[in-house]
Amino acid sequence: MSRLSRRAFLAVALFSAGLAQAQLSIEITGAGANRIPVAIVDFPGDPAASRVITATVRSDLERSGLFKLVDHGGLAFDENAPINHADWKARGADAMAAGSIGRSADGRMEARFRLYDSQKGVSLGGAAYVTSNTQLRAAGHRIADYIYEKLTGEKGVFSTRIAYVVKSRGQFLLQIADSDGQNAATALTSAEPIISPAWSPDGSKLAYVSFEKKKPVIYVHSLASGQRIIVANFKGSNSAPAWSPDGRKLAIVLSKDGNSQLYTVNADGSGLQRITQSSGIDTEPRYAADGGSIYFTSDRGGSPQIYQVGAGGGEARRVTFEGSYNVSPRPSPDGKSLAFITRREGRFQLAVMDLASRQVQVLSDSNKDESPSFAPNSRMILIATEIGGRGVLSAVSSDGRIKQRLTVAAGDVREPAWGPYYQ
Amino acid sequence: MKKLLIPALLSALLAACSTTPLPEDGGAPVESRSGASTGVTPVTAGGLDASGLPRELTDPKSKLSQRSIYFDLDKYEVKDEYKDLVAAHAKYLSTNKGFKVLIQGNTDERGSREYNLSLGQKRAEAVKRSLALLGVKDDQIESVSLGEEKPKNPGHDETAWAENRRADILYKAPDGRGEF
Repeated sequence: MSRLSRRAFLAVALFSAGLAQAQLSIEITGAGANRIPVAIVDFPGDPAASRVITATVRSDLERSGLFKLVDHGGLAFDENAPINHADWKARGADAMAAGSIGRSADGRMEARFRLYDSQKGVSLGGAAYVTSNTQLRAAGHRIADYIYEKLTGEKGVFSTRIAYVVKSRGQFLLQIADSDGQNAATALTSAEPIISPAWSPDGSKLAYVSFEKKKPVIYVHSLASGQRIIVANFKGSNSAPAWSPDGRKLAIVLSKDGNSQLYTVNADGSGLQRITQSSGIDTEPRYAADGGSIYFTSDRGGSPQIYQVGAGGGEARRVTFEGSYNVSPRPSPDGKSLAFITRREGRFQLAVMDLASRQVQVLSDSNKDESPSFAPNSRMILIATEIGGRGVLSAVSSDGRIKQRLTVAAGDVREPAWGPYYQ
Repeated sequence: MKKLLIPALLSALLAACSTTPLPEDGGAPVESRSGASTGVTPVTAGGLDASGLPRELTDPKSKLSQRSIYFDLDKYEVKDEYKDLVAAHAKYLSTNKGFKVLIQGNTDERGSREYNLSLGQKRAEAVKRSLALLGVKDDQIESVSLGEEKPKNPGHDETAWAENRRADILYKAPDGRGEF
């Protein structure tokens, strides 16, 4: 298996002054066995904009671990230029993309491109994305998504965003960044902990647990407006929000009647309904992709294990059996697998269960994995882990082959949540 | 304006007799309050401390200043060594029904944050039940969890973990001042 020996560090400039420095950088620590060789030539037009866009496309494709960049020799071709496919084939490329940067009628930037199959010498299609000057990277991500989908048959996730919590200098920052860690923005700053961020299916809101009232309380936060509503502030602890796939409900955990139990509530806080009735701990609910059932963690059998219950309640079925500590269930968006954290010989590691065969595979070799989160295409899983006593994020492909690490220079980063597809 | 006699405890008395939280009037200054209800209104002996709570609850010499109950790994039973402490708080709360407590359960850092939040809740709930069994009214107690989020000891070894497996009792006076 080939490994990426080159370490790519992408430093990130934070948008905001006055906040704690929190720079996210990404390091690729492993790559897939059969990477597709692809060449992205320079795009003629505005040179500065071209550099930003092509650099974004190239680093997206390389970071995915599925592509190998073929040296483009500094060549620049627009999307309509005649292409000598034999030449690109000879350079080792299976595919190449050419494009241009222009101005649209309203003065914004327009990035056009076309993707070619160098082996067959045919066009695989193209597109144009209009963007403001400050959103050039977004256009690059859209182009990378297009190329990714054409060449792998799966949707790309370069245009998605991630949420995570940074603890830095006694403050807790709930941040949103592009999936490459760039463009970070702080949605919430608090002196008290913030945990369990969860994206609404439309990507416009985050539900999370904040301790700002000296106890855990569940909020729903609209990212564009900054408006926050309290969804659950019952007596006791309120925690572990999870959106239903249609975005109408949240599964939550309340201790108002004693121990932690599962409930569902409408996204505005109305319509509370109890889902589980046990004498132990029931927590960490997550809706299955079809919305019909909820996976959760319970100690009802004597040790924490993962169970599944109907979305409206009923009899729960045990899902994990190996080991004495299996927690944090995360069903994949494609409904095929379940990621969770398992404790093996005192180490907390990311595992994935194939839901059809019930086979479990441990994907990581670290000690302190937490909070797995699937990319919307189910191919990568983002986790929090610890390296050298510091919290970092790590992305692992669901076959365990590709690994990326995301670190924040000035603090601990934890509680990752991968957002939905760009809408 | 109605004057209420406020139960007071001298710290010297407390130190000598730590299991007797029932106060005697030691001639300490009496705070006058307006609009107070007919219930028992608490305690100003030698003034309030910065939190606005009676010294009795905060003076290091007072048993009631001990607010932490420690737990064994993965356990949530209140151990025998804390029975006296819980009884002292129960007695204070039964006598001073205007006071409320928030019990915050905590865990060490190992494992899932949300699962630890539930484990901390179980610890807080165990302390709450102990107080309730000794006669404290349900509406005086709220049990919540901070999980692993607010470690008292930020270390990563057994000593730190033992210190973080804990429930803390926070007080609030009838006037709303206090620790939560």
